[in-house]
Amino acid sequence: MALPSLTLLGQSLLSGIFIGALYGLLGLGLSLSWGMLRQINLAHFALAFLGAYLTYQLAGAGMDPLATLAVIVPCFFALGALMHWLLARFSVSAFNSLLVTFGLTAIIEALIQWIWTADFRRMESAYGEVKFRVGGLYVALPELLTLAMALALSLAAWAWLRHTYTGKAMRAIAEDAPIAAAFGVDVRGLSLLLSGLCAAFAGVAGLCLALSYTLAPGQIYAWLGVVFAAVMLGGLGNPLGPLVAGIVIGVSEALTMAFTAPAWAPLVSFSLLIVVLLARPGRI
Amino acid sequence: MRGRALAGFAAAGLALSAVPFFGLPAFYESFLYLVLHWIVLAVSWNILSGYSGYFSFGHGAFFGAGMYTTATLATKAGVPFLWTLPAAGLVAAVFGVALGAVVFRLPRLRGELFALLTLAVTFVLATIVLNTSIDGGPGLVLSAVPLPAIGPSPSSTFYLLGLALALATLWIAREIQRSKLGTGLFAIHDDEDVAEVLGVPTYRYKLAAFGVSCGLAGIAGGIQAMFVSYVTVGETFSIAVPLYVVLMSVLGGSRHWFGPAVGAAVVTALLYAFTAGDYAVAGRAAVGLILILVILFLPEGIFGQAVRALERRRVSAAPAIDAADPPAPSAATPGKAEGKTLLEARGLSKAFRGVQALAEVDLEVRRGEILGLVGPNGSGKSTLINLVSGHFRPDSGRILFEGRDLAALQAHRIARTGLARTYQIPRPFAHLSVLENVALPAMFGRDALPRGEAGHEARRWLAFTGLAAKAMSLPGELNLHQRKFLELARALASRPGLLLLDEVFSGLTHAEIDDAIRLIRAIRAQGATIVFVEHVIRAVMELTDRIVVLSYGRVIAEGDPRAVMREPDVVAAYLGKPHA
Repeated sequence: MALPSLTLLGQSLLSGIFIGALYGLLGLGLSLSWGMLRQINLAHFALAFLGAYLTYQLAGAGMDPLATLAVIVPCFFALGALMHWLLARFSVSAFNSLLVTFGLTAIIEALIQWIWTADFRRMESAYGEVKFRVGGLYVALPELLTLAMALALSLAAWAWLRHTYTGKAMRAIAEDAPIAAAFGVDVRGLSLLLSGLCAAFAGVAGLCLALSYTLAPGQIYAWLGVVFAAVMLGGLGNPLGPLVAGIVIGVSEALTMAFTAPAWAPLVSFSLLIVVLLARPGRI
Repeated sequence: MRGRALAGFAAAGLALSAVPFFGLPAFYESFLYLVLHWIVLAVSWNILSGYSGYFSFGHGAFFGAGMYTTATLATKAGVPFLWTLPAAGLVAAVFGVALGAVVFRLPRLRGELFALLTLAVTFVLATIVLNTSIDGGPGLVLSAVPLPAIGPSPSSTFYLLGLALALATLWIAREIQRSKLGTGLFAIHDDEDVAEVLGVPTYRYKLAAFGVSCGLAGIAGGIQAMFVSYVTVGETFSIAVPLYVVLMSVLGGSRHWFGPAVGAAVVTALLYAFTAGDYAVAGRAAVGLILILVILFLPEGIFGQAVRALERRRVSAAPAIDAADPPAPSAATPGKAEGKTLLEARGLSKAFRGVQALAEVDLEVRRGEILGLVGPNGSGKSTLINLVSGHFRPDSGRILFEGRDLAALQAHRIARTGLARTYQIPRPFAHLSVLENVALPAMFGRDALPRGEAGHEARRWLAFTGLAAKAMSLPGELNLHQRKFLELARALASRPGLLLLDEVFSGLTHAEIDDAIRLIRAIRAQGATIVFVEHVIRAVMELTDRIVVLSYGRVIAEGDPRAVMREPDVVAAYLGKPHA
């Protein structure tokens, strides 16, 4: 095994951090809705890709990619709230929510394939070209934007849950919804708000996907394993967990790629998850 | 019963294997093969996931393992096609058991987590296959592999292979459902902890079911590899397999071995209608939509709903159960060596995150006695029961039962030594009938009765506890008093040498308590030894021979009930210290 050069190592560490930020961003909404609302939203990935395709479409029509958020975020918020209303209306259990959103994923995937076909799509934007040079290392603007948004949203969610009254009420709902309701917390309204936010996070993650990646409907499932690993490692319902765990996974993957072959990277998250589950089973 | 079913399977097999000789177009045979293929996948998936409730989203991984085993052996090693099929099944089964051995060991692995982990495994396996020499990217082509001429044409050969495997799979699924394994899996579905405490070896059962389920999927994959003749990672490890098998089972009804087969036939026909009309994408969306609608509106599935309706009619037509059946004899022989130690705890300690629930507790239960275990809330009574029954492991100390140390045993092994318990809040298996609830411990207890006898035994205990008329009801239809008695009947049916009762009387009315006291006297009269956790002091005084008082995890008094309850320490523990 040849040791990689220091520059290469630095570059791969950096790319590990950046991809980890995207894992964290994708995991944020998933973790909050799983941990606090007991809904395992498999369709979160499909929503993120729907967001990515919408960004691609709007940017293609001449909009600035970042400005598309003004359209996508409110739409996705409404979509998320609607989904929660439906799941709550039929009082779907945690496990069945997994099945229902599995079905929803298949529908959204078919919708994407119907509108944009199964061909690969790549968004052309001014952001994609910008690169900074720091020391001997290159940093691309889309990756930096992803990290910034992941940090900002995770910290904002954390601060909201920790320091505001509505956030504290939300945590009370996560502990015990009926008791929270008995103390005057608006369980229905806040749950709708949170699921709307989670879907909006998926929309933002979609923008980041569109900025850095080539899109295809089949790619929806490619992120699933890693992101769920990050969510579980980070602790359900913990707003900072997915980002931290995502970066740990991203860096481990990057190092694995640098030291062995790229082919083995997908095994990293899975092995980390198994190790943590075995070592600290109470964590999940 | 089994003979008739076997004859039925054989007749169906013979009749269906005649199909290729009617000279149907190859196209119909291929369609029928696909239906059979999906029946195998859905029914095999259901063996673990439907029966035990552990939904695997990784069925595609095991199916794919089988596909690649056959493809690799047939193209690279030159193994004849039919010989690759057992290998495909074996590889998939070993892979499944290895995964299960890790995953099922996690003590609190919930169903959701299992589903996600198995889904992740699919993509991990896909990555490995794609990036190693197993595939390497271009896929494997099997068109040069000779196909044995089982039927008159290639398409009929596939049809016959599919038919044989489908019948075998259905038979296995049926036999498992009707065996001890099946009973155990259905119990795991409803309440895994209770199943384990009643004697079901949950870990081994889940592993066995997973192995069978994966092995059958692997063989199906082997045949499918030859059928498509070009195996690629993208087509093999897609999300389609788990999506479709889950849908088929949920649609057909996952609590019956035949349900998934109905679902498989319906969904395959539906998908086929869509692809034939060039709407493959719309077909997938439709499948997703149907999955959602079925879960929201038809949770038991088409076949499940039909079976339920049929059963209802049959039960209402059945004659009332003979309540005059005589009470059952107990396994414990009265009078034998009375007064000798049956259970002995020495230096038992257990802490929960810094809360010392039990500290250095010594305790002795003598054969044939009723020992009352009393103490204020939080004094460690229930923890003690949980340690003895194996629900928790002690941090230190020994629990000797008839000379064996229970502290090192798994809960289901403890149940087999002849120990049974009840739960303070009744925890019946919600989807099993009252009769099945009581028959289960008889099958898994010390005497490990065969199914038929266990049913008989259960009926006797139901008569004994006055629940005979409710035998066919679901536990949800019982009131609290009846559910408490169901707990009792369930504990008694395992014919225990030692019975641990955790607050049988809490929540009962005065009249109901009188009933329960009579019942426990009757149990006692048959020679059972009973440890009895209770707050209802009247019952303690009337029933117990000796009591032990716990406070803050320590034994503070022990001896004759009347004398002990007057001790100042005991009074203080219950009522606080008097201000003097």
